[in-house]
Amino acid sequence: MKNHLQTAVDLIQKKYNGELSSFRGHITLLIKSEFILEVCQILRDDFSFEVLVDETVVDYWRRKEPRFQVVYQLHSRQHDERIFLRTPISEDDPNTSSLVSIYPNANWYEREIWDLFGIRFEGHPDLRRLLLPKGWEGHPLRKDVPIKVEETRFTFNNDEIDRGKPRAEN
Amino acid sequence: MGLEEKAGNLGFFTTTLENVVNWSRTRAMWPLLSGLACCAIEMMSAQSSHYDMSRFGMELMRASPRQSDLLIVAGRVTNKMAPVLRRLYDQMPAPKWVIAMGDCASNGGVFNNYAILQGVDEVLPVDVYVAGCPPRPEALIHGILVLYDKVQQESITEWA
Repeated sequence: MKNHLQTAVDLIQKKYNGELSSFRGHITLLIKSEFILEVCQILRDDFSFEVLVDETVVDYWRRKEPRFQVVYQLHSRQHDERIFLRTPISEDDPNTSSLVSIYPNANWYEREIWDLFGIRFEGHPDLRRLLLPKGWEGHPLRKDVPIKVEETRFTFNNDEIDRGKPRAEN
Repeated sequence: MGLEEKAGNLGFFTTTLENVVNWSRTRAMWPLLSGLACCAIEMMSAQSSHYDMSRFGMELMRASPRQSDLLIVAGRVTNKMAPVLRRLYDQMPAPKWVIAMGDCASNGGVFNNYAILQGVDEVLPVDVYVAGCPPRPEALIHGILVLYDKVQQESITEWA
């Protein structure tokens, strides 16, 4: 780990009790979701992590606490360094604070996460669905949503499935 | 002694109205320029000089549904695209036909998930299904010729 990154990691570990893990040189810090705004503010202003490369979610279904982890990937152009932040999100009340005030490009990432995983971002200016059509119910990328919408067809059940299907008229 | 004998070589022949109208419909069928996914690449290929779909009267793809009478659904139809496709179909003037090109348009193909319609026949009345993933241009042209056979057999009572 380079000096610059080490200082940043040390500070966040000490101040916000971040849990450090690394995999093939990728540094990941696990932070409680109430600190994420402050941590990002510090990383952007004091350590020049000015690019939010990606923001996404992992669904650890069947694990109640935390059910989700939001993953932030920050990049510092000046030092050519990357850091991953993760915040655990509970199943019962899946919400965290929005990063739009710090990284404006988080806007659509968070809309997409809300769309597909159903995690609310407090303070987001316009939390609408991004990809799915209007009136969609549910959040399909959650692991408890069934994968298939139609049974696999074989010769023995083909006709039965066919009968249940809607057919368009002229 | 029919009219044909009397006409001699005057340069006309007799047929039924159904026959001649159906024939002319098949010989100037204009598909809608719409491709939804990778099957569209094969559709473009079928259109281009190597396979040359215009040998069968598909001289040009129309960019407007109001000028076309054949909708080739080339690719998987997402739930979000389905109402758009239906709207395009509704804007086409009758008579109109639909070809479901490829496995995805026919029955969902490998995409058995929340995003994809399990067969475009849920929203459009399909005339011909072309199998393949994607179908080769020859297969598409064969599907169109099958459609021509179907159109050729339409009767005058179906026009109304």
